[in-house]
Amino acid sequence: MEYYLVVSTFMMFAGIYGFFTRRNLLAMLISVELILNSVDINFAVFNRYLFPNELEGFFFALFAIGVSAAETAVAIAIIINIYRNIRNIQVKNLNEMKN
Amino acid sequence: MTLQLIVFIVLALFIAVCSVLAVTTSRILRAATYLLFVLFGTAGIYFQLNYSFLGAVQLLIYAGGITVLYVFSILLTSSQGDKAEKLKNGKMIAGAVSTLAGLVICLFVMLKNQFLPSHFVHGELDVRTIGHTLMGMEKYQYVLPFEVISILLLACIVGGILIARKR
Repeated sequence: MEYYLVVSTFMMFAGIYGFFTRRNLLAMLISVELILNSVDINFAVFNRYLFPNELEGFFFALFAIGVSAAETAVAIAIIINIYRNIRNIQVKNLNEMKN
Repeated sequence: MTLQLIVFIVLALFIAVCSVLAVTTSRILRAATYLLFVLFGTAGIYFQLNYSFLGAVQLLIYAGGITVLYVFSILLTSSQGDKAEKLKNGKMIAGAVSTLAGLVICLFVMLKNQFLPSHFVHGELDVRTIGHTLMGMEKYQYVLPFEVISILLLACIVGGILIARKR
């Protein structure tokens, strides 16, 4: 069981590294997707190995997939709106909110 | 060295390499492609845990829906500068060092922890159980989160249209 957790921890910290070092809004969103995905793996693994007769982790992973789909759709809508306003999605150009 | 162990090792190496490549490559379209590979590997892990329904949902929603959304928005927004801009070396090193420190601390805590006695129970989770649990109103059944997430998705559709429409 610990090997699955090692894989998901590695994936989560790859996402965190990307969130620290990328300067593009879409690349940062990809890193956030990596983090969410690793947490889903953890829920499924804990449910299968520790409590195999119950379904809480399974359903939590299922609902987390749905919530992250909603989050991605809204975030991409916001990013496209930003691109339409300032023709750029780099973080350093995002210093004014009015427009 | 059973077949299951070999499959798991292949999946783990695939996920690790692709997730590192997804955050270090300089072209963003390649990053989206590596993210797609990571999601495929995750679906493989779900299949290996005998959660076929969760793996199918992962393939459908993540790999089928979200990645297409990413590719469309990348093609819409990256006009000329599809190379990532260079970050300062100091900031890059600071990010890498803090990430490595966090990784080492988390792995240490996780491997020292005594979990409950774990045992792998073979056998597929049948869809009838999933449906009854998703739609039931008893204890440990999930009709209320189901309805809440439907309202959330409706609000997300309306909000997405409202934000991204032309004025």
